[in-house]
Amino acid sequence: MRRIRLGGAATAVAACLALLLAACGGGNDALEGGSQQNGGSTVTVGSTNFSEQLILAQMYAAVLEKAGVKVDTRLNLGAREVVFPALEKGDIDLLPEYNGSVLSFLDPKATQTTSEEVNTALAPLLDAKGLVALDESPAEDKDGWAVTKETADKYGLAKISDLKGKASQLVVGGPPELKTRPAGLPGLKSVYGIEDFKEFKALDAGGPLTTSALNKGDIDVGRVFTTQGAIAANNWVLLEEDKPLEPAQNIVPIGRKDAMTDQVKQALNAISAKITTEELTKLNKLVDVDKEDPEKVANDWLTQQGLL
Amino acid sequence: MTDGPAPVLAAELIRWSWVGRHLDDIRDNLVQHVELTGLALLFGLLLAFPLALAAVQWPRLYGPILGFTGVLFTIPSLALFILLIPFTGLQIQTALIGLTIYTLLILVRNIVEGLRGVDNDVREAAEAMGFTRARQLFQVELPLALPVIIAGVRIATVTTIGLVTVTALIGWGGLGQLFIEGFTLNFSTPIIIGIVLSALLAFTADLLLVGLQNRLTPWARSSGR
Amino acid sequence: MTVINEVFTWLTDPAQWSGPDGIPVRTLQHLYYSLLATAIAAAIALPIGVFIGHTGRGALVAVNLTNLGRAIPSLGIIILMFTLVGFGIVPVLVALIALAVPPIVTNSYIGIRSVDRDVREAAEGMGMRGRQVLWQVELPVAMPLIMAGIRTSAVQVVATATLAAFVGLGGLGRYLIDGLSQRDLAQVVGGAILVAVLSLLTELVLGRVQALVVSPGVAGRAADAAVRAKVEKAA
Repeated sequence: MRRIRLGGAATAVAACLALLLAACGGGNDALEGGSQQNGGSTVTVGSTNFSEQLILAQMYAAVLEKAGVKVDTRLNLGAREVVFPALEKGDIDLLPEYNGSVLSFLDPKATQTTSEEVNTALAPLLDAKGLVALDESPAEDKDGWAVTKETADKYGLAKISDLKGKASQLVVGGPPELKTRPAGLPGLKSVYGIEDFKEFKALDAGGPLTTSALNKGDIDVGRVFTTQGAIAANNWVLLEEDKPLEPAQNIVPIGRKDAMTDQVKQALNAISAKITTEELTKLNKLVDVDKEDPEKVANDWLTQQGLL
Repeated sequence: MTDGPAPVLAAELIRWSWVGRHLDDIRDNLVQHVELTGLALLFGLLLAFPLALAAVQWPRLYGPILGFTGVLFTIPSLALFILLIPFTGLQIQTALIGLTIYTLLILVRNIVEGLRGVDNDVREAAEAMGFTRARQLFQVELPLALPVIIAGVRIATVTTIGLVTVTALIGWGGLGQLFIEGFTLNFSTPIIIGIVLSALLAFTADLLLVGLQNRLTPWARSSGR
Repeated sequence: MTVINEVFTWLTDPAQWSGPDGIPVRTLQHLYYSLLATAIAAAIALPIGVFIGHTGRGALVAVNLTNLGRAIPSLGIIILMFTLVGFGIVPVLVALIALAVPPIVTNSYIGIRSVDRDVREAAEGMGMRGRQVLWQVELPVAMPLIMAGIRTSAVQVVATATLAAFVGLGGLGRYLIDGLSQRDLAQVVGGAILVAVLSLLTELVLGRVQALVVSPGVAGRAADAAVRAKVEKAA
């Protein structure tokens, strides 16, 4: 009976085990992707997929590093539904966020609209999860409604209340939760008295799906974010918000209490004060339209502002 | 930027300057991809063997195991990953558990098929020669089943390399991260790089496994076809 | 577990079974994408696989195509197509067709190849020429394997058509994406179950179709051909 040479297989198995041990041994950035330490010296900055988030996260990472804090970044993690729980769990320590959106994420029935109201309502909800909001920026990236120039001209749309009486002929698109959130379609009805749209298409939140659908005419009205580079680039008309409905959306760093040391807070509050809506819109354009790197855009801006 | 006319985009399909600037990131993504695949296969194999041996030892289990794994395989991978998030968050376990389950499904079937495909005469001859059950298994049945098992490992490897990209939606993804980046930036370059690299990775892995198979089973090397 | 309760409630809620977001509509959309993609894929792949099997040219490609095809990440294809052509059904179709073509090519090739030399020679001995041999002998005999290839593709396509929701279209994948967005696990699980059930039904239905389409005389030989194919594939 011929003896089978399993030497080759043994080598393969040994290699796999070595791989396993190396991975578990830690210190491999590509695999681990982030620190698990809470209250330790490394602050992990996370972000969702969108360019504005990437820019802000890179900004936070840069100033924290400058302040001598050890930083790790885990960017492009996915939608908020995936990323925020990661913050709660400790997989990441810090997120650039929008106070209004976080509030409605934690409390889907929230109806506060001004910055003060939103912050006040938000604080206890965050506290209960071991999180804290640092100083907010004057910059706001609010939820808005956009139409193409052609649609605006055809139906005479300049502000949101112009949609009344015309909505039944229009198709609206946005993130799936638009249908149920108070500031979404129900809000249009209750605050503006706008009737049901002809159709609602569940796409994404100010992302490539909505952009493409709006440009191609698959939807007539799209949910957008007011600082998106796409608005100017596509010559869309952002409908003016003539009644209070959308909550304030100040940019605010939200972090785990045990990771937000005074050093961290100081560094972040310093830049938060300087981020304005106009500046943010400009930076978004550089990334969205000119395809520049979020990291480079963030660093350039910080250098300009004398923060780096 | 609208999705403009094709000629404009054709000129911009790959912006090589972007590639040059991102070689480090691309390399990190590739490494993560390889490691996720490797670990999933390792765990998959470790778990598949006992299950397969059980199915061979007690043939009554085979039908149910086959049915169960077949059903699990039709569950969309994205759903599985999403469902794991509340339990394991964004840590690597989420991705690994999902990937390992799918690998497992493919491997169990192939290991069982391979073992069952061993001629009864051979088994009986070994028994007649006084081989213990364990010796039969490791010195006779497994080596003979190797071609089919390795065929299964090939399929599992290539499938897993594709599935790893889906984990980009839960914070991992390996090369799949390039897809998400291209998607949100409306930029075809990272997407194309991601597709090409993951296809190359799968192709290379497949070739390596064929080579391994030929080394381990020189008697089974076929001529022609 | 309460999740199981919630899922059960979600699945049996009559509201889920009516309206444009209801399960029937989503299922029909899902089937539409799947059927269209599989049909187009078959129309492309069958002639290629059969041709390669009949003439023997390009055999290496055909045999390895399935494994190579698995290497193409569907998520990447759909995202790339979306970036190039935008919103619509084209990205989904291209990704699903790319997924469905390889198994059909490989199985058709193996099916034709595995037709016994004796049978082919007998046909030629009876005076049949190339094309007649193909249509009247090789194809019918290869039918079990060809159908197996179509079945494999169809089931994979149905399971992967969930991607359509990722680019804003409909189908059962919507429950996964929307469930994630609305943090509604019951919806995600419900959607996953529906897709799994649909995939299994596809497998069963096509199995029946195969039984009908394969000539009874060939059905007995199907086992031989399948075994031969397995041996060839493993080699």
